[in-house]
Amino acid sequence: MLSPVILIPAILNGLLTGAVYALVALGLTLIYGVLHIINFAHGAMLSAAMFAAFFAFRLLGLDPYVAIFLIAPAFFVIGYGLQRFVIGPASHGDDRNMLLVTLGLAVVIENVLLVAFRADTRTIDLPYAFQTIDLGFAFLAIPRVIGFAAVLVVALALGAVMTLTDTGKAIRAVAKEKVGAQLAGIDVAHIYAVTFGLGTACVAIAACLLMPTYYVNPTAGEAFVLVAFTIVVLGGMGSVAGALIGGLVIGVVESLSGLFLGESLGQIGIFLIFIAVLLVRPTGLFGAKA
Amino acid sequence: MKPLACMLTFIIALAAVPLVVQSNTALNFLITALLIALVGQGWNILGGYGGQYSFGHAAFFGTGAYVTAILQVRYSVNAWPGFLAGVTAGASMGAIIGALTFRAGIRGSYFALVTLAFAEVLRILASVAPITGAGVGTLIKLDLRASALQFQSRAVFYWVILALVAVSLLIAYALERTRFGAWLIAVRENEDAATALGVNAFKVKLGAMTISAAVTAAAGCFYAQYFLFIDSGIAYGTRMSVEALLTPIIGGSGTVFGPLLGALVVKSLSEVAIWVAGDAPGLNLIVYGCVLILVIAFAPRGLVGLLGGLKTHLARSRLLKDAANG
Repeated sequence: MLSPVILIPAILNGLLTGAVYALVALGLTLIYGVLHIINFAHGAMLSAAMFAAFFAFRLLGLDPYVAIFLIAPAFFVIGYGLQRFVIGPASHGDDRNMLLVTLGLAVVIENVLLVAFRADTRTIDLPYAFQTIDLGFAFLAIPRVIGFAAVLVVALALGAVMTLTDTGKAIRAVAKEKVGAQLAGIDVAHIYAVTFGLGTACVAIAACLLMPTYYVNPTAGEAFVLVAFTIVVLGGMGSVAGALIGGLVIGVVESLSGLFLGESLGQIGIFLIFIAVLLVRPTGLFGAKA
Repeated sequence: MKPLACMLTFIIALAAVPLVVQSNTALNFLITALLIALVGQGWNILGGYGGQYSFGHAAFFGTGAYVTAILQVRYSVNAWPGFLAGVTAGASMGAIIGALTFRAGIRGSYFALVTLAFAEVLRILASVAPITGAGVGTLIKLDLRASALQFQSRAVFYWVILALVAVSLLIAYALERTRFGAWLIAVRENEDAATALGVNAFKVKLGAMTISAAVTAAAGCFYAQYFLFIDSGIAYGTRMSVEALLTPIIGGSGTVFGPLLGALVVKSLSEVAIWVAGDAPGLNLIVYGCVLILVIAFAPRGLVGLLGGLKTHLARSRLLKDAANG
């Protein structure tokens, strides 16, 4: 079992899967970093975006990788609208209310998908879905390699937006000191909504990257979001670097525990890490003091 | 003693319902409504009075249900002690999770997240462990005798759940009258200030979580006896966690009657939704989610708060009228 012939491919594949996890977690941590709430609707948004990618392929014939350029902006707008017109006004600025509203949204989105598309599991067939790259010591699935590269590009782009643009500066200002930012003339409601939109766009991109090799049903996103919760807790809530590294670590952990314990218990390994981190070091490995 | 008298009248009125209504459908509706009222009252003790929002109360519901069922099916324990064991097990689960999380200083968003994770771990374990019947679930043998806590008539089941709800109302009422309840509310309003005034926040929250878990576990035990079947999705699924917080939030969290009122409204709404749009899976959950968001947006103190607002409004307009006349 421990021979490198099995271990190295498992670790590499774990890293590639982990990259997509990291992207889902990035959206979550971004929203937490600025709004200081955990977005419980994140998984439902992922399922919704996967359905969007599925129908973009079925109805318009768009390759999921091309569909990113359509679906990501669309979900940015949806996320912006949800925060600006639903979550923000409904929660009256109270954190606990915000949690409940995102939970309510999750329930609504998931069940609207269930009523509209039933519980059927759907997949799309792409010619390159099962092609691999032979590294000599390991085979890597092409969609996963593309996914890994795309996540790196998205993370770099997001970093650039945050450091170079005025909106990015405003987001960082609001994250640090909301009232101060408001006094400096920043429209906090707008920045909250932009952040929520960016987080939702991250999830939409992740959905497009997953679609070539994964299936979609109304609860498909749930599995990822619980993993994403673990990642952000591990990496530290609100920390972008933490989300990326945490995602890769969790990908490898899942791949290895799947190898040693079998599929159904592989997930338990993740949850146990989750609870252990929360109990021992709730601020995560990279998080600032709460 | 006015609120207590009011509560007793209300319970007696509800207890008289099966003498008038004989229809099984109607009784079934009331039983399920009271069941989620009980689940919700459990949540209300910790979330409403203590301000600790749990997103994983299914952990307690499921533990109560599974312990009751497994003791009867696998160890031939009588249902009555089985019921008590279920409540005790649920309370212990609450105490364990509470001790771990509150000791680590977990609050707010994190508390919601970690309770959700505990419920999920239990769900996954229950779906693979042989003792719970894994994916197949556990079936309790039909044995319609009072000694087996199963009854021929639905009316008796109705009185049992009503009695449990009455006890939970008394617990909530006691919270509003006792020192412990005052400490709990102080922790909800401002934990640091409460600690500074000498309240042991850890002990208070732990106590509230144990009572809260016991009440919700009792609902789980009743569920097992009434439906005679339990599986990991029913016991530990997110649906139960959502219903647990939905009823008190809609009815009015941190109030004695909130969960009961919320449960009746939520159940009626989902019946109406089924009647209007047919019994599509997921439909009633859409209604629940929308109602949850609408209530938070427009009635943050729930229906009880709305009624209270109406009362003060009427009183004020009467005063104004009197002033104008006088």
